[in-house]
Parts: sequence; structure tokens; C-alpha cells
Amino acid sequence: MLIDVHAHFFPERSARADWREYNASRLRAGERIGITVHLNSVLGTFGRSSPTYFPSPADVTYGNEWAFGLQREQPRRVRTYVCVNPNYSDHALAEIERGRAAGAVGIKLAASRRATDPLLDPICAAAARHGLPILHHIWQHRRRDRPGQEASDAAELCHLAARHPTVHFILAHIGGGGDWLHSLAVVPRHWNVLVDLSGSGVDGGMLEACLAAVGAERLLWGTDMTMETGWAKLRYLERLLPPELLELIRWKNAARIFPPRSFPGD
Amino acid sequence: MRLDVNGFLGAYPWRRVPGTSPEALLAAMDRTGIDTAWVTHLPSLFWRDPTEGNIWLYEAADAHERLEPVPCVHPALPHWEEALSDAATRGAPAVRCDPHHFGLAPAGDEMRVLAAACGAAKLPLLMTVRLEDARQRHPHDLVPELAAASVRALLRSDPDVRLVITHADRPFIEEVHWGSTAAEQARVWWDIAWIWGPPEDHLAHLIATVGVERFVFGTGQPLRIPENAVAKLDLLDLSQRDRAAIESGNVTQGVLG
Repeated sequence: MLIDVHAHFFPERSARADWREYNASRLRAGERIGITVHLNSVLGTFGRSSPTYFPSPADVTYGNEWAFGLQREQPRRVRTYVCVNPNYSDHALAEIERGRAAGAVGIKLAASRRATDPLLDPICAAAARHGLPILHHIWQHRRRDRPGQEASDAAELCHLAARHPTVHFILAHIGGGGDWLHSLAVVPRHWNVLVDLSGSGVDGGMLEACLAAVGAERLLWGTDMTMETGWAKLRYLERLLPPELLELIRWKNAARIFPPRSFPGD
Repeated sequence: MRLDVNGFLGAYPWRRVPGTSPEALLAAMDRTGIDTAWVTHLPSLFWRDPTEGNIWLYEAADAHERLEPVPCVHPALPHWEEALSDAATRGAPAVRCDPHHFGLAPAGDEMRVLAAACGAAKLPLLMTVRLEDARQRHPHDLVPELAAASVRALLRSDPDVRLVITHADRPFIEEVHWGSTAAEQARVWWDIAWIWGPPEDHLAHLIATVGVERFVFGTGQPLRIPENAVAKLDLLDLSQRDRAAIESGNVTQGVLG
């Protein structure tokens, strides 16, 4: 079994005219790589009618609805994170309830509000109530504000994780941009934070550093926007780890933190 | 036959990178089915006289027949013609000059003179767009990325110059390709190290539009794990012939042809 904890499919009403081809390509590449389950989050309309990282409530609802539809279409290979914008607390909490009823297995927090902000607390409380992990977009070592997002870094995520010790947090795409060494220095003592290996970065030494920082027990496999980099990391890890540790990264760690029966045969 | 045009030996100044010795690089090549690698002495890119690393590079390549030296040439230093001549004499498949690393104007007079000299010597000139993702670089690593306009200018500067450009992404490649004449397009090759696979499918798109003959296998190892370039090819629906062209044929029959 192989679980991709960081996948995106694009909805019809997104900024991409080629959304169908993009989604088909993800599924096709997934078959070749051997991905059993794609864990999908849809960030509103990905910029078409509100910004990707600041989706309006209407776009959040649309994106989630589209994602639930995809899960119904692809019940064996697609699961859903319900995406929320914490600036709209009531709407976010209602989306989590709606998502849970529709079969969502996790919560996606992008970069609409910094992880240290109290507005994230009610969302984390809902995650704790439902036993849902939170995938949190991260800029590895955010030295300044970046346009288009109110990104958080590992230190800020760990601040949130410390406030909600019963929730599992997934630090998104360690290879997705920024200084991953900084993130790996921060996360080790925060036991409820797991590291997602996705992202376009395939730096020599990064996987060894991930293993040294948190061990195979707190690593999750994923792809995000580049599937070849995910496959490359998997191939590299196959040479680095014994099968029982590789299995943790491929799927067992995910099966541990997501709700029971989230995945086939679970 | 799989030939990597984009390999390095030696330490990287901005972070610890494992596997920088010739022996470690050969082990990574064994792991990923790479028969031969073109290699540059990585520390040289950061030295005031980058040609000082060439002697070590030649010795390392002499000791390991699967490694082929791509020495540095710095056209603003007085002995640059000697460095170019040495490269030709020693059978280097290409020479390297990363103008921003050497403090040169990338399409300035010195680079144009070097491009012409490489053309005359029938030695391809290799340059990189970047070594690392700009978002993760060391705070003191302020070297600009190579601009597509500079590659276009060098292609136009001499009718015999042949360029191998590494670590370019789709927008960069398209900007140069569609901003060049057919004759100019035919004198530049792109390594696949930084081109995205699915679901964006940039590499598949470029092969369909720019042409398979323009692409060569490159990894950027050990700065990047070489498994990435192989996985990228494994995710393409390529004929055996096209795959062989990328993996080595375009180098042996195109760049070196």
C-alpha cells in the first residue's frame, strides 16, 4: 500500500483550463507509481475567483463540494481533506462538520492565517473532537512575508501543535521550498507533528536529515505538485531503509493518524 | 547507455551534501544505472580562480573511466585560453563557465569571446541556470540565476557555439527556444534535471513541442538525488528510441556530433 498524503486535484471552476488533463495525469502517474490512495485537498478555485491561499467562503464551499464529488467518483483511490479558511470561524467549523458527514478524513489549512493565531484554535478543537489530522501548508523557514500567502513555518506550526497536543499535524512538503534544515531542527520534540516528504525539492542529504530528525515513525510520503520527485524519494528510501521502516513511511504512519477505516483494508 | 551531463565532485559551500567523492558518485551511478557522468569540480565555481580545481578534476577523471571532466574556464583571467586548450587536449567533452558565479556579465564581451573560442575549438559550453531552489538558498548566496535572454544572446553571438544548459525549467526553455531561429535552436541542449513531470507534464509537453532531440539526461547529483531524473523518464510514455536519445544519443550524436 502507498498513500500520497499531499495531492491536489483541480476543480472545473479553477484557474486552469486544463484541469481535466491535469487530474487524469495525476491518476495515470499514480497507477504507474503504485499509489493506492491520493489524499486530496482543493483550495477553493485555486485563484480563479479568490486567491489560492485566501479562498473566500463561497469558494471554500465550492472546492470542498467538488472534492467530495471526486471522492464519490473515485471511492477506492481518492480521500479528502476538508479545506477551511480560519478567518471565517463559523463557516470553517460548519465546513468541517459537513466534510465529516461527506467522508472527509482530514483538515487542510493552507496559508490564510498564521499558525500562531488564536483563530486556529477552534479548528484544532474540532479536529481533536473528530480525530482528524491537519495538513498545514508550510514555508520552510519563513524569513519574511511572501506575497499571496500568510505562510507559517515549522516553528509557528509547532507553537500550534503544542497548544493542541491531541491533534496530529502534518508539516507540509518538506521539499516544497525554503530551508528544510531549519524545519528539521524545530520539529523533533513536538511528537504530534509529522513531516510530509512531498515537494519538488530532491536535495542530496534531505532524506537522511529527515530520518535523523524525526525517524521513519514520523515521516509521511507524498507528492504535491511534482510526482516524479515523490517517486524518486521513495526509490532512494528503498535503498536506505529496511522494508519494515519503509512501510511506515509508505502507509502505516498515515493509517495510524487518520481516522479508522480511512483507507482500503484499514 | 545512460550518460549524465550534470554531475559534480567536491564539497558545496552552502550546506553539507553527502556523497561528493568520486567513489560515492560512482556508487550513486551504480544505484541508478548511470554508465557515465560529466563532472565538474564543485568548489571551483566559488573560487576566485576556478581553473585551480581543474588539475584535481583531470586526475579524478583519469582514475575513474566512467567520469568525464568538464573543467571550468574563466574568460576574464589571463590564462583562460590555456585552460580551454588543456580541455581540448585532455579530451574533455565540454567546458563550463557559470558567468554569475564568476562575476561576469552573462552575455558580455568576455562571455562572447569565450563562446566564439568554444565554437572554434568544437567544445560545447555548459552553463547552469541555478544550483539550488532560490527559496532555500543560504542568506549569503546571492548569485543571480542565469536569464533566458543571456542564453539567446550567446546563441546569436557566434554561429558555431553549442550550449548545454542545465537546471532550466519549462518557461526558461520555451523562452529561449521560441525566441530563437531554427539554426539557433539546433545549437542548444537542455538537461532534464529541473523540468517537472506529472501532473504538470512539463517534460512531456516540451518533448512534444520543442522536440526530443533537444533534451539530454542530467541529474545535478550529488546536490540532487539522481533517482529524480530516472523517475521522470519512467513516467513518460516514450519509445525506446526516444528514451535512448535523451539518455545518451542526443549527446553522442548531437552535442558531440
